[in-house]
Amino acid sequence: MNTMLTTPPARPNVEHQVVAFTDADLIERPIPAWERIWNQGWVRKAVLLVLLAAIWEAYARYLDDDLLFPTFSDTIDAFAANVANGVLPARALASIKVLLMGYAAGAALATVLSVLAINVRIGNDLLETLTSMLNPLPAIALLPLALLWFGLGNGSLVFVLIHSVLWVVALNMHAGFRGVSPTLRMVGRNYGLRGLRYVAAILIPAAFPSILTGLKVGWAFAWRTLIAAELVFGVSSGAGGLGWFIFENKNQLEIPSVFAGLLSVILIGLAVENLVFRTLESRTVRRWGMQH
Amino acid sequence: MKDGSETSSLAEPLLDVRGVTLQYKTAARIVTATHRVSFAVYPADRFVLLGPSGCGKSSLLKAVAGYLDPVEGEFHLRGRRIREPGPDRMMVFQEFDQLLPWKTVLDNVMFPLLATRRLKRSEARARAQAYIEKVGLATFADAYPHTLSGGMKQRVAIARGMAMEPEILLMDEPFAALDALTRRTMQDELLRLWDDTRFTVLFVTHSINEAIKIGNRILLLSPHPGQVRAEMDSLPRESPDAAALLGLERHIHDLLFA
Repeated sequence: MNTMLTTPPARPNVEHQVVAFTDADLIERPIPAWERIWNQGWVRKAVLLVLLAAIWEAYARYLDDDLLFPTFSDTIDAFAANVANGVLPARALASIKVLLMGYAAGAALATVLSVLAINVRIGNDLLETLTSMLNPLPAIALLPLALLWFGLGNGSLVFVLIHSVLWVVALNMHAGFRGVSPTLRMVGRNYGLRGLRYVAAILIPAAFPSILTGLKVGWAFAWRTLIAAELVFGVSSGAGGLGWFIFENKNQLEIPSVFAGLLSVILIGLAVENLVFRTLESRTVRRWGMQH
Repeated sequence: MKDGSETSSLAEPLLDVRGVTLQYKTAARIVTATHRVSFAVYPADRFVLLGPSGCGKSSLLKAVAGYLDPVEGEFHLRGRRIREPGPDRMMVFQEFDQLLPWKTVLDNVMFPLLATRRLKRSEARARAQAYIEKVGLATFADAYPHTLSGGMKQRVAIARGMAMEPEILLMDEPFAALDALTRRTMQDELLRLWDDTRFTVLFVTHSINEAIKIGNRILLLSPHPGQVRAEMDSLPRESPDAAALLGLERHIHDLLFA
């Protein structure tokens, strides 16, 4: 072995001329059409949905038992019939109306609680105590109580909906507020912002990824609670919702219609997720580079 | 004593820092960041706080900004005592995340003008555009911060600070997170902007070289806790005399570490 320390070889200093590129020199390869189509998220999801529907149809035909598991095509027929005679849209509308009332009230209350919690220490204690106590409590468990207090009507539905939305939204919103970077907080205070203006101009946009997650989870919770509540105590104030539609058809052994009811719940969920929340996301957190 | 007689012959200082002791409370103990620090900044000063890490220079700047209350001593801005953060002292932070991600470059610069209700929307827009142009980002006015490089983000932060035309611009190692080449460009740009508008700036750095280049006046702080070691004039900008530069650098180094 060479015992001498190796030194790098001496090299002369060299200079190169930089070649100027024009646009024509830049090589561009077009993306093939099928790849461009496959790059669209909704195309991939649509393929998945078609695949799932095909599996459903195949299994139902193999089973051949309309009472247990109707085929996809029967379900679609029942769905189309119920849409055509106006029953399903009316039921869906009734459900959505109650749902939006409860959801909006829950989200608003959650905002009040989280803002309080980020501003005052006792508010923080209040939120932490309330969420740890009430968040694990299933909304359905409150239903008997709600019926006692608010009677057979939308009031008790809205009450359990608020309960199912409030805690999860507040929890996420509060976590989001606490995660806002100290630099951004100082920037806001540097502008002399305080109180609600500070919350609205700095905290809420900065915590928006968490808030959005809270709103999404809250939406799902609200749907589950609503359908379950309608199934349990059925028709309220004359016009029942989707849950009642499912319950009714089960009693009449109209199983394809039961599936059509479930399908509507799924379709509304898909629509809200892909139209409302996706749009909100791409207009806000994605555009701001907070989420990729 | 000598300092006192010198300053009394000068005009009223813009920022007067008198015997300031700053302390941090951690869970276990109280840490003294600076001990009875005094200095005065005059209009159009490029005043640099220079010292090794742990000398409390950033804490001093945060206290001037109003984020931190001194346990002893006072800060006065044009004779008014500083008690809380406010838009008369605009901060430029070291962190790249100081821009609001949900606002474009133009909106970021406009926002403090609107939030303080200082200007109407159209005036705010015009002024913001003027300062964005000054920092050379006119073509990026509608871009969102996450699409900009680090140096561009700092330029926006500087434009935002300057557009408010504050009494004093507070800069907390604004170029420390940049690469060396960008840093030099940004230093030159800051000096050029100063030539344009002659704003007052309080600049924190741990780089002797940057202090001499940026500042006309340098305050040296010793570490743990920060105390004033010296206050001195920097070199004139026009004559980059290599020997004098080296001499001053060595002198400052000796003062800080001897």
